[in-house]
Amino acid sequence: MANPTRLEINCETGVESIIELTDAEVAQMQADAQAAEARKAEEDAAAKALANLKASAKAKLIAGKPLTAEEADTLVL
Amino acid sequence: MANTMTLISSVNVGAGGQATISFTSIPSTYTDLKIIGSIRMANTSGDVGVYFNTAATDSSDKNVFSNGTSAASDNHSAQQSIYIAPVNTTNQTANTFSNMEMYIPNYAGSNQKSVSIDNVQENNGTAAYSTLVAGLSTKTAAISSITFYGYGGGTVSFAQYTNFYLYGIKNS
Repeated sequence: MANPTRLEINCETGVESIIELTDAEVAQMQADAQAAEARKAEEDAAAKALANLKASAKAKLIAGKPLTAEEADTLVL
Repeated sequence: MANTMTLISSVNVGAGGQATISFTSIPSTYTDLKIIGSIRMANTSGDVGVYFNTAATDSSDKNVFSNGTSAASDNHSAQQSIYIAPVNTTNQTANTFSNMEMYIPNYAGSNQKSVSIDNVQENNGTAAYSTLVAGLSTKTAAISSITFYGYGGGTVSFAQYTNFYLYGIKNS
């Protein structure tokens, strides 16, 4: 199966070329994709953890229960 | 202060899409570069990056983004490319495109290359991301080529009718 292609335009000549990506370029893009996916998963997990912590802190405040240090950190500016 | 703005080149993606898009042989006769893009990916992965000249782990960026409900910030370092934004994908309204502007001052100089980028998604839905990016490439050579590509892997394609316009700006 042919690799994906790059659309390249030469600004001096105006010539457009469609060039098949090398296996190395495809591998690099896939590695970048995996890294981006992993990074996004980490960011999503961190955001979810923070939201859960804030919700827990809020619930404890309303109920008059003591907060953990982590929960308090979400409230202190 | 810039007083001229000249279209250097433009590219419009045809049927079938493209995995990456490159401007090459960019003349070094301008002061700054400006790129305007109308971007849509042909699948569900909308993270797009840009690198100058050849790909190398010399890029970093700091960005802020919001989707209409929440806002956040992020940063990346030692990357192959400067992160642009989540652009429109097949998850957004059909036939809509993200609007992107990129400004690269002193692109032909011998200092590291900074870039500012803004992008907004278009979407007839509850969420649409707006993104502001401050990017840096530690390359000191003049920028002679610029490449855009999707982070979704080798099969990700810029959709048909995606286009980029490259302008040169002179301050004299």
